[in-house]
Amino acid sequence: MRILEGENVTKYFGGLAAVHDVDFDIKQGEIVGLIGPNGAGKTTLFNLISGALPTTAGEIRYKDEKITSLKPNKICKRGIARTFQLIKLFRNMTVFENVFLASLFGISGDMPESVAREESLELLNFVGLSAASETAAKDLTLVNQKRLEVARGLATKPELMLLDELMAGLNSTEVSLAMDLVTTIRDKGITIFMIEHVMKAIMNVCDRIMVLDHGVKIAEGTPEEITTNKTVIEVYLGE
Amino acid sequence: MESARVIYRKPFSLGILFIGLIVLSTLPLYVQPYLVILLSFVLMYVIITLSWAIFSGPTRYISLASAAFFGIGVYISAILGELWPLPLVIAAGGLISFILALFIGLITLRLRGMYFIIFTFGVSELIRHSILWWEAKFTGTVGRWVIVVDHTTVYFVLLIIFIITLFAAYLIKRSKFGLALRSIGEQEEAAAHIGIGVTSLKTITFAISAFFMGATGAIMATRWTYIDPAIAFSPLFSFMPVLMAIFGGVGQLYGPIFGAAIFALLEEVLITKFPYYYMLLFGIILIAAILFLPNGLVGLVDKIRKRRQ
Ligand SMILES: Nc1ncnc2c1ncn2[C@@H]1O[C@H](COP(=O)(O)OP(=O)(O)OP(=O)(O)O)[C@@H](O)[C@H]1O
Ligand SMILES: [Mg+2]
Repeated sequence: MRILEGENVTKYFGGLAAVHDVDFDIKQGEIVGLIGPNGAGKTTLFNLISGALPTTAGEIRYKDEKITSLKPNKICKRGIARTFQLIKLFRNMTVFENVFLASLFGISGDMPESVAREESLELLNFVGLSAASETAAKDLTLVNQKRLEVARGLATKPELMLLDELMAGLNSTEVSLAMDLVTTIRDKGITIFMIEHVMKAIMNVCDRIMVLDHGVKIAEGTPEEITTNKTVIEVYLGE
Repeated sequence: MESARVIYRKPFSLGILFIGLIVLSTLPLYVQPYLVILLSFVLMYVIITLSWAIFSGPTRYISLASAAFFGIGVYISAILGELWPLPLVIAAGGLISFILALFIGLITLRLRGMYFIIFTFGVSELIRHSILWWEAKFTGTVGRWVIVVDHTTVYFVLLIIFIITLFAAYLIKRSKFGLALRSIGEQEEAAAHIGIGVTSLKTITFAISAFFMGATGAIMATRWTYIDPAIAFSPLFSFMPVLMAIFGGVGQLYGPIFGAAIFALLEEVLITKFPYYYMLLFGIILIAAILFLPNGLVGLVDKIRKRRQ
């Protein structure tokens, strides 16, 4: 079943076509990778899906309902969560509060505090941050901040999670752990759309990969297909 | 150990609050009228600062529109004072300010940082000049007389507004919306993406804080007997709460309260003792406070507490 679908999705910043006429679809339970050179428009596409930016043209549908032009909080409530490439935590709030707040407001919106509290503690345990729950978010290491971003996203109870460069800046042990985390999240029944530069991670965890270049989708397919795709090789080697 | 301390601190501060309120509510019985007037003046600043902090404290949107909401309350009181009973006039002052804040909020709360500060100041000046223009054009005279209410009544009304404001501030702070307001101050974009309706939450909180400013304006009007836009919408009512809240610190509710109280008393003392230099002295004290107490009185108290542990 299709969970997310985009048709002719386009975003202009002044004269710059950051995303141009992109069609895509994501099926329930998949892990789909989004790759492309710097400035290809990957983050912009996530911003369009999550409502951070309005589209210039085209339509995005979630579970067959149009979500273009909805505000970010409404899109969250529909069931789409995201993380940020440039980490955006509530820095002076505790790790627990970061997750607790997402759990309180997320999809349900009127969850009793005691339930939200319990769920938040479970999620912190799930991403391995239990010991740091009373630490201020800004005092966490990079990898833990990224875990917290994931936990906060999960706390909203999404069915689709957008991960923007979760692995960037992590060492190889941390990358392996993050890959495990991603597959475990999928196994919980959450569909994943992830932007990644770390090829090893993309090739190992994704069922399908989309390639953007200069705002245009230039290829799409299984990891094997992508590694042998001529256009993709040119774009990556051409740099 | 830590939890024991928290459990013990709560009834302790509640006790202090309770005793403080009893003292404040019986004060007019045993002090001179002059003190009652002075305390009314202090309470006025405390309420405005506390209500300013309800919104601007957690969200870090520095509003300079307080004078608009206070002034609207003053004018409502001048217009309705002869027609309606006092409690209704005060409620009306609050309500009209609340509605005005909803509008201003919808226009300005999309702006951030410096733009928001300047815009709120601009809106408040615009309202002042509009009323000035309207009075000159349609009523022919600038300013109005206000029905006088005795000092003790003014004092008690302010005390009641203060208690309600404090209660509201407390409820908001400890609710999930209080936490959400803080997250807006931390990272607004992320707050929106976890399902918080940031625009409506900001607007409503802004309006709630305006309600108390309007109510305070409505009762304070009766103290001046004569008001005009320059008195009612004086930019001081916009700037003082910001300075007082910074002086007190905004992390805890007692910060703006004590910040405003000490500031207002200080101003009074300086005016009477040094009528010619008071602005200068005031400025020096303010600069010293900002330099040496970056987190206000709240920060100072925290530091002392930590040292004792
Ligand atoms: N808010 C914005 N305003 C103007 N231009 C923008 C904005 N956001 C992105 N751009 C531009 O759009 C293009 C695509 O940027 P985007 O961040 O989507 O790239 P990306 O594929 O995520 O790159 P990276 O791999 O470096 O994260 C870039 O040229 C960028 O400068
Ligand atoms: Mg990016």
